[in-house]
Amino acid sequence: MIKIENISKSFDQIKVVDNISTEFEKGKTNLIIGQSGSGKTVLMKCLVGLLNIDQGKIFFDDKPFDDLSFSNLSDLRKEIGMVFQGTALFDSMSVLENIIFPLRMFTNKSNDEMIYRGNEVIKRVYLKDANNKLPSEISGGMKKRVAIARAIVLNPKYLFCDEPNSGLDPKTAIIIDNLIKEITEEYNITTVINTHDMNSVMEIGEKIIFLVNGRKIWEGSKQEIFDTDNESVNNFVYSSELFKKVRDIQIKGK
Amino acid sequence: MKIFFYIGSYFLMIRNTFRKFTKWNVLKTLIFKDIDDLIIRSFGIVAFISFFVGGVVAIQTALNIENPLLPGNLVGFATRQSVILEFAPTFISIIMAGKVGSFITSSIGTMRVTEQIDALEVMGINTHNYLIFPKIVALLLYPFLITFAMFLGIIGGYIVSIYGGFSTSYDFIQGIQLDFRVYHLFYAYVKTTLFAFILATVPSYHGYYMKGGALDVGKASTLSFVWTSVVIIIVNYIVTQLLLA
Repeated sequence: MIKIENISKSFDQIKVVDNISTEFEKGKTNLIIGQSGSGKTVLMKCLVGLLNIDQGKIFFDDKPFDDLSFSNLSDLRKEIGMVFQGTALFDSMSVLENIIFPLRMFTNKSNDEMIYRGNEVIKRVYLKDANNKLPSEISGGMKKRVAIARAIVLNPKYLFCDEPNSGLDPKTAIIIDNLIKEITEEYNITTVINTHDMNSVMEIGEKIIFLVNGRKIWEGSKQEIFDTDNESVNNFVYSSELFKKVRDIQIKGK
Repeated sequence: MKIFFYIGSYFLMIRNTFRKFTKWNVLKTLIFKDIDDLIIRSFGIVAFISFFVGGVVAIQTALNIENPLLPGNLVGFATRQSVILEFAPTFISIIMAGKVGSFITSSIGTMRVTEQIDALEVMGINTHNYLIFPKIVALLLYPFLITFAMFLGIIGGYIVSIYGGFSTSYDFIQGIQLDFRVYHLFYAYVKTTLFAFILATVPSYHGYYMKGGALDVGKASTLSFVWTSVVIIIVNYIVTQLLLA
């Protein structure tokens, strides 16, 4: 579980994350949703320590992220996996090398053991015939799978995904979403996903927080988001014609 | 006043580079890769430039000392002094600021814009040490490159002098042996080592702290070349003042 209390972050006196408190639950896919520029990515970068927060507290299973000693913080970081929006794969390394990179850095496994573990996670993310290819030689969907495989190779307790299905066709996006959900349940990890894609909310959203201009406007489950009276949430959820039609059908059905 | 901020963050970067070391097995691979990228792959351009610069120095010296009272070995002497004291260490370093400096800035800058550096940081890796330390170690071999440049510069001067009819082989060889001081080599290697450190760190700084997208990587590379050259020229002046004046 990850708990955040009143965290804020400003850039040049503009508050990008404004006094947000919430809990991200273990074994669930927790979604942070909102329009582009609502502060989702900044919030996630604060959570993983890429940005220092101006105020507030972050707890990883009751361990305060900011107050940890250097060695404890290093240990905690090994329990965090992250999938970046642009995948952030290392260009000069092959797919397999990318995946076993965290093993090479933080374990004393032999080369054979690392390759064995690498192949295990490659199989887990349903990646085929790509071990020796460079990231530039594989498709967007495959890159996302490699990024997920790299993020889970050390068996993390916390998984962060920044727009994991951006730039993917709808079918591949659903496959990636479901893969993340499967992994979350299988390894019982706390997963936090940034997205603005309502299809992801429909597919895998278990706990959802909704941001507008850096503020948490709404929090609830997938079922609750479609029934809420909150105007901002409704404007966001029903911004596409498809969801408007779904709502109309639901109203007619009632 | 922003210049003080940049200078401060440069020295903080240097401090962090020598903290929390990456695993030796990983570091070793990175060092060998950087030796290949930064040193081995620079031999060609350094050889080409050194040979012809040495030749031009010899021709210009010869054309400016037509007085028959001046000794014939002056062409060899002037070529040796110019190449060892200035052309090989400083001129080649400016060229390397363009070649190696741009490479370092663009490779680290690309890692920055594609979030690869963020990915390393999330894993808890000291990115300064991981990215910059191997380059500093690789460029410890830079004096070998400059020695090679000195040798080829003098060879270039010799060949051009002989085949251009500006000096005889005997005079030229006498010239390069005339009044040879080991201290001049010491001076050349001191500044070469300092330039190597500048070549590794200033472009790394520009790549690491760049912001923006692909276009900004190009801008950062240009800026890196300008600042690396400026720092080399300033350090060259200071070292010369301290060691030779």
